[in-house]
Amino acid sequence: MIVEAHTVRFDSLPLDSGALLTPVEVAYESYGRLNADKSNAILVLHAFTGDAHAAGISHETGKPGWWDNMIGPGKAFDTNQYFVLCSNVLGGCRGTTGPSSIDPATGSPYAMSFPVITIGDMVRLQKMLVDHLGIPKLLAVAGGSMGGMQALEWAVSYPDRVVAAIPIACTTRHSAQQIAFNEVGRQAIMADPDWRDGNYYGGQPPARGLAVARMVGHITYMSDDSMREKFGRRLSDKENFSFGFDVDFEVESYLRYRGTQFVNRFDANSYLYITKALDYFDLTAGHQTLNAAMEAASARFLVISFSSDWLYPSYQSQEIVRALRSRNCDVAYVELQANYGHDSFLVDVGEQTTLVRGFLASTFEKIA
Amino acid sequence: MTAETPRKSPFVRELLGRSDYAIIGEIVEARTKVLDLGCGEGELLAWLTANKEVESRGVEISGAKVARAIARGVSVHQSDIDEGLADYPNQAFDYVILSQTLQETRHPRQVLREMVRVGRRVIVAFPNFGHWRVRLAMLFSGRAPRTKLFPYEWYDSPNIHFLTVQDFEELAAAEGLLVERRYFLAGHRKILALPNLLAETAVFLVSGK
Repeated sequence: MIVEAHTVRFDSLPLDSGALLTPVEVAYESYGRLNADKSNAILVLHAFTGDAHAAGISHETGKPGWWDNMIGPGKAFDTNQYFVLCSNVLGGCRGTTGPSSIDPATGSPYAMSFPVITIGDMVRLQKMLVDHLGIPKLLAVAGGSMGGMQALEWAVSYPDRVVAAIPIACTTRHSAQQIAFNEVGRQAIMADPDWRDGNYYGGQPPARGLAVARMVGHITYMSDDSMREKFGRRLSDKENFSFGFDVDFEVESYLRYRGTQFVNRFDANSYLYITKALDYFDLTAGHQTLNAAMEAASARFLVISFSSDWLYPSYQSQEIVRALRSRNCDVAYVELQANYGHDSFLVDVGEQTTLVRGFLASTFEKIA
Repeated sequence: MTAETPRKSPFVRELLGRSDYAIIGEIVEARTKVLDLGCGEGELLAWLTANKEVESRGVEISGAKVARAIARGVSVHQSDIDEGLADYPNQAFDYVILSQTLQETRHPRQVLREMVRVGRRVIVAFPNFGHWRVRLAMLFSGRAPRTKLFPYEWYDSPNIHFLTVQDFEELAAAEGLLVERRYFLAGHRKILALPNLLAETAVFLVSGK
């Protein structure tokens, strides 16, 4: 399945901060066909560093999508039955307007003059895209991590536009620990002299800072078990310690590799803006309790967490479930046994596939 | 999947391989809201949804079973029954079902109270520890009874609170619950007399006052 990205431009997007972004572009991909009554559309929402290329083989890069094991003919999100849509988030650097985009007022990249954005802003832009495509109501919104937070935001902000929501490995608000890891990443970037207050476009990007940020991130996405299994204390291409500070262990080599790879595909300022949006996200804001905050949600929910995910631990998913149950909402929840930590929703998709497939089928049946 | 549950016959057919399910399938009225506690893989809920158009929810502790229930389209939530009901609002369901699980809960009295709180009606099915075979097994072997109904070694048994038909009647009375209907089964036969001695399984339909 060769897929192509599309871009839509909107005149303006009002932001939660009060600022107005003009104009704004959003990059998206789609898989499968929209049916005649437009009732089979599913919006898949990517995690922090993901992009619109969720499935198939990219026409441009030749690479498979980030959730290609979940989306496609006969897969969990079965493109023989559903029309699956994925867009790059606001503030990103993969086709949708973000800090690396050109500010029409100055003719140069926004950099740090880009307005601060929220998960709510990302979802507002997605809703404009869904409107643009003429889809009256999404069969489902689904995603893991930041994608799950967007799914929650959709369910609360546009309840009459979603039949079902599948938030995976996520939370209604970041804990101190989650904010702390994001702050380490931001500080690594901002401490890199090449960052130059964000004005590095056209010059040397803050590659070392961004790579360190990514290394920290990667550790939080794995589990003690999965790291032991994958690396243990194995040495990297050597028999003995080097008694120096070059790479000794395989895990060091892996993290360095992941760090440098990341620099080629991700913008450091986008890293700053999106992590800030994650940290600001709080579904409870403006309400007495989470139960009250979720009052508006009317979707059917499938909530999934993973046993080894210590970055977004199961208790955070259970909070979502408890709030929904207290309002007697239709909610299914399971903690899947998986060893891969937070990354499980991307890599260990066997059981997740069965769950999502059955949940979608029964949801589709209900509206038919 | 169809269940034929003749009303007047002394025999009960099986529903999904179980005679207590056949009784439950008969009790539950169409287009109601049902919560099944310890719902396993959601077989009963799926049947009730398909055949009685109920709105169904389940609670189950085993993640593997929850996963299979969700895969068949039933909204099941992974949790412990002893704690799992606290979040539901009062009278959220028309029926709350607890089938063959009361004797496995840590705090059966509290579970029963919670069931009556969240459901207008409660259906409890349990194996009768007062059955004559259990009594004889205990009397003659001098060991924790092992029968067809209670097949486990004492150290392997999930059953931690044994109860008889009479015990349940007394608890229901003590809790001020109204027993609306009671069914007693031995195999596929309905027991009409001496249920505490002759019933293998009891199914009670109760409501709060």
